[in-house]
Amino acid sequence: MHAAIPAPRSPGTAPQRDPAWLGRVFLISALAVALWPLLVATEFKPWALLDARSLAVTGQFLADFLPPAHGADFLALVARETWRTVAMATAGLTLALVLAVPMSLLSARVLSVSALSGRMARGPFWLRQGVRWALIVLRSVPELVWALVFVRVVGLGPTAGVLAIALTYGGMLGKVYGEILESGDTHATEALLRNGTSRLQAFFFGLLPQNAAEITSYTVYRWECAIRSSVVLGFVGAGGLGQQLDSAMKMFNGGEVVTMLAVFVALVALANRVSAALRKALA
Amino acid sequence: MKPEPTPTPRMPAANAPCKLPPPLFDARCKACWLTAALLVLVVASFWSLDLQWAQFLSLDAVASMGRFLAEFFPPDTSPDFLRKVAVGTWETLAMSTLGTLLAAAGGLALALPASRMHTGDTARARAPTRLLLNGLRSVPELVWAGLLLIAAGLGPFAGTLALAAHTTGVLGRLFAEALENAPPGPGAALRVQGVGRLRVFLYATLPQVLPQLMSYTLYRWENNIRAAAVLGVVGAGGLGQLLAFHMGLFHMGKTATVLGAMLLLVALVDALSYGARRLMTR
Repeated sequence: MHAAIPAPRSPGTAPQRDPAWLGRVFLISALAVALWPLLVATEFKPWALLDARSLAVTGQFLADFLPPAHGADFLALVARETWRTVAMATAGLTLALVLAVPMSLLSARVLSVSALSGRMARGPFWLRQGVRWALIVLRSVPELVWALVFVRVVGLGPTAGVLAIALTYGGMLGKVYGEILESGDTHATEALLRNGTSRLQAFFFGLLPQNAAEITSYTVYRWECAIRSSVVLGFVGAGGLGQQLDSAMKMFNGGEVVTMLAVFVALVALANRVSAALRKALA
Repeated sequence: MKPEPTPTPRMPAANAPCKLPPPLFDARCKACWLTAALLVLVVASFWSLDLQWAQFLSLDAVASMGRFLAEFFPPDTSPDFLRKVAVGTWETLAMSTLGTLLAAAGGLALALPASRMHTGDTARARAPTRLLLNGLRSVPELVWAGLLLIAAGLGPFAGTLALAAHTTGVLGRLFAEALENAPPGPGAALRVQGVGRLRVFLYATLPQVLPQLMSYTLYRWENNIRAAAVLGVVGAGGLGQLLAFHMGLFHMGKTATVLGAMLLLVALVDALSYGARRLMTR
């Protein structure tokens, strides 16, 4: 039986006193004091937004948003650049796989033969550790920095973007693949290795079937991320939608900016849907 | 006229009646078709991008790459420049911290209308607020920075606002989920006592979800430090701005120092978060 719920009191009769107000006031003022240097460092001046000149420029830019640019030529350009963005992400991720799969195989402790009997031998141990460090270095350089470097080496254009995605995502995928391979149950793999299969056989017949679903789903998820970051890479001159967006912003062309932003948001939403459907179908 | 055949009374089959399996490709090859489509996508991507492999893989390119890398050494370690890099690093940290704090406040403010606080809450603003959050979230920080440069001018202020805008979208969504999943008991108890909505939130719902909100915020802070480091390449302050500036002028030694500081910062954040997580889950 439920206890009888008391009838609601009329509003305003509940006690008004806050028993903890002193602590709250203290906490908030301490935070405000701690925040001060941050405000100075970031030149936090919200009134700069309300400056008459800045308001005029912003107002002009925002007024340009309507109507969005919709000329046939422009839409064709946007469609072409959108495809380029997707293609950059796909090609980059493919190259990342080429990099990540061998490296994760090299770094997986599960596939060590010497570790079956006691400790791993010294040579293989340092090889695995070295590959891990290489993956960490690849991963921890942001793709934007890779892109900046490659734009210098191979010039403006999608090649720089593809290479940047390949290196950063290669590091990420390699590291996560390694973790996935080692996280599961390793009995089957171990049994195969003990019975004298080669490491590759043990991988294909023991380790891979066990972890294929997880690996595929992570890869598809990363493809989705790569689409997002290939737009960002365009801002440093790696082609695609981002580069057009950047130049439209620099020209204060509000109509083109709003069209491309809308296309970009739609593209991300679409990639999200496709990746969710793919993960469901391939799992 | 033929007599209607009398239906023979039958026991319902214990198992479903046996059917022929569906055609082969339909039965097991959904994954095959998807894989084939993916392959087509990959081939089309490489084919349509006209990548300059020749330029990249030729002996000439390797030599120029080597020269390019050699120019990074020695990194510029004059005290003057190191001080500048330290200021840039501090700016990056300040941008990410302030951006995350603003986003936590904004996210919480938007999460309230975006969540159904109790059954029977009409939550009319839920759908539009979620749409707004999705919009904020799906534009990356760097694009926000480009847009906000127009209003806020070059410098870290634009970067801070850009981080705040994107992170508000992310945190608002996560906060709304957390608020909706909070146990409803304490809030209901206060509500039947006639306590107003604001105070129900402050004294019942918020204390319950606060640890979760904090951990989401910390997680985003970690992400934002990484993002703030590169945000400057469009001119939004911090280490990125130094990097883009010196790389643009081909000051390779200085570029190397900035790159080193950036990597150090990222590695430090990674190590700290790894350590903290290890400490907390132990």
